[in-house]
Amino acid sequence: MLKRIRSALVMVGECVRMSLDNIRGSKVRSFLTLLGIMIGVTAVIALISTVNAVSGSLASSFRSMGVGTLTVSVTGSDLKTGLTAADLAKLSALDEVDGITPNVGLNVSSVSYGSTISTELTASGRNAYYFVLNGDMVVQGRTLKAFDDDNATPVCLISAEAVEAFFYGVNPIGEVLYVNGMPFTVVGRYEEDTGGGISAIFTGSPDIIVPYTAALRLNGTDEITSLTVYIADGVTSDRAKSALEDALDALFDFEDDTYTVTSMDSVEDTMQTMMGMMSTLLAGIASIALVVGGIGIMNMMLTTVTERTVEIGLKKALGAMPWQIQAQFLIESFMLSMMGGLLGVAMGVVLSMVLCNVLGAAFTLSGSAIALGVGFSAAVGILFGFAPARKASRLNPIDALRSV
Amino acid sequence: MENETFFDMRGIDKDYIMGDEAVHVLRQVNLQVAEGEFLSVLGPSGSGKSTLMNIIGCLDTPTAGRYILKGRRVAELDERELAQIRSREIGFIFQNSQLLPRLNALKNVELPLIYAGVGRRERRKRAMAMLERVGLADRMDHLPSQLSGGQQQRVAIARALVGNPAILLADEPTGALDQKTGRQIMQLFRELNAEKRTIIMITHDMNIAANARRVVHIIDGMITEGGGTGDA
Repeated sequence: MLKRIRSALVMVGECVRMSLDNIRGSKVRSFLTLLGIMIGVTAVIALISTVNAVSGSLASSFRSMGVGTLTVSVTGSDLKTGLTAADLAKLSALDEVDGITPNVGLNVSSVSYGSTISTELTASGRNAYYFVLNGDMVVQGRTLKAFDDDNATPVCLISAEAVEAFFYGVNPIGEVLYVNGMPFTVVGRYEEDTGGGISAIFTGSPDIIVPYTAALRLNGTDEITSLTVYIADGVTSDRAKSALEDALDALFDFEDDTYTVTSMDSVEDTMQTMMGMMSTLLAGIASIALVVGGIGIMNMMLTTVTERTVEIGLKKALGAMPWQIQAQFLIESFMLSMMGGLLGVAMGVVLSMVLCNVLGAAFTLSGSAIALGVGFSAAVGILFGFAPARKASRLNPIDALRSV
Repeated sequence: MENETFFDMRGIDKDYIMGDEAVHVLRQVNLQVAEGEFLSVLGPSGSGKSTLMNIIGCLDTPTAGRYILKGRRVAELDERELAQIRSREIGFIFQNSQLLPRLNALKNVELPLIYAGVGRRERRKRAMAMLERVGLADRMDHLPSQLSGGQQQRVAIARALVGNPAILLADEPTGALDQKTGRQIMQLFRELNAEKRTIIMITHDMNIAANARRVVHIIDGMITEGGGTGDA
């Protein structure tokens, strides 16, 4: 038994050496063959680790943005289609709630300053409390104050984009912007602390912020349909959510389907699930490349078997067992595939570093992606090497030698 | 030991099916070879001598008849056991030496030992000794393309001998060589036979066959004993 194991080891060692010789003997062809596997593995690794990195940085920006907040979105009933300022006051008064920011979207058709008109800016109504939390984003002028909320003062704060659009070389503070024809005096300028990259899409602020009461007036309504609730310190998101739901139920006379309360936890969960599906899908697409690469290897090995008929016959005449011939070809296709796999891992890592850099996500080396790439190429080598190796081992030595 | 018939063929038939017809390549071949013999099988092309060699070398099995090699009935062996016999009992020498072009002389000679599972160091030692025996001690690291035809055939002989087989089986060993080189190879064969190696040589060339101590003729798949030439 020991002797047989030893002889098998001797054999495998020689096979590795012979395979290397053969691969080296036809460099161009071997390279073209392993290119398929290399591209497949590169694609799998780059896609998986990029998606992982992006979803990781999205999750962390969600967390930083959503810690301790709930989002309420109101669909309303026939009798009551939204929340009023008085309702907001009631909700703010809850023990579990620290404060509330209404989010009144403005349908901006145009913003103008003197003769400059822009139709591409966004505007939204917020309140003083919003700046209690986000005060440090204001870099010039003042924030919104309680009296702005109460009086619907026609003032606004503007983003860097808006400054760029209207106030090139001009101090914007004190100037008047017309939003949908209504004058607003600029009282402050803010710059967003965007994490850059993809997360900005989700955390982005509007270009112009006005008091929510002024926004409501511009919209011709006094009802709020979207708001962010900040949870009081030491209160869990679940407890705040149920307290909020009780209060909202009372406001809407216990009618069903009048509002939804979303916590960032659940958004993050949904997000993770989506990213997981995306990553599986992309890996699936990329693995098609691996299958194609595998077929390339099989094709080359089948050609090799035909070309090396004499060699196979000779080796059989010299006493090679069928399994030894099979092992030689299997090891050769395995090694070819592994070389492609390892090159692919290197390329994939580089590519995903580049992609992460472009997308502004933090790159982390995904061990599982590398294991997957290497494992996959090994499997491809064995799977697609099997048929040619079997063919070689079954060659009749007489026929093989006769073709001299 | 001297007179033990370790090679015994009786009533060997070999048929091939070609289309609808059966072609009888070998008919009722009887052949016994004793250890230490130098036998030559002489026949024209198409006489079935290559088929006979394949059967002797356990590359092929007979359709009918009994072939006993060292006490084992070859017909009963499966592919694995045939490979084992080829590995242990037979040393092949082909017309075109059939060396692997990418391996140097030493590696080519080592090849049968790899399949026999011999370790690296032992393999090297035995291959080197065998190359020395055939007079190529200074050509071990040459590739086949860097060797002359005669030298290539010597490497092939070393390769056939390295596993210490019971029989050296040569198929037209001088077929691709010029006369002078052919004579040198035949000289080597005679020396090996003098060292008690059993040799069976297949050829169509009467002059080459004359080097053997015993010659049999094969014509149309049938063997006739041609009697000894030389000193048998």
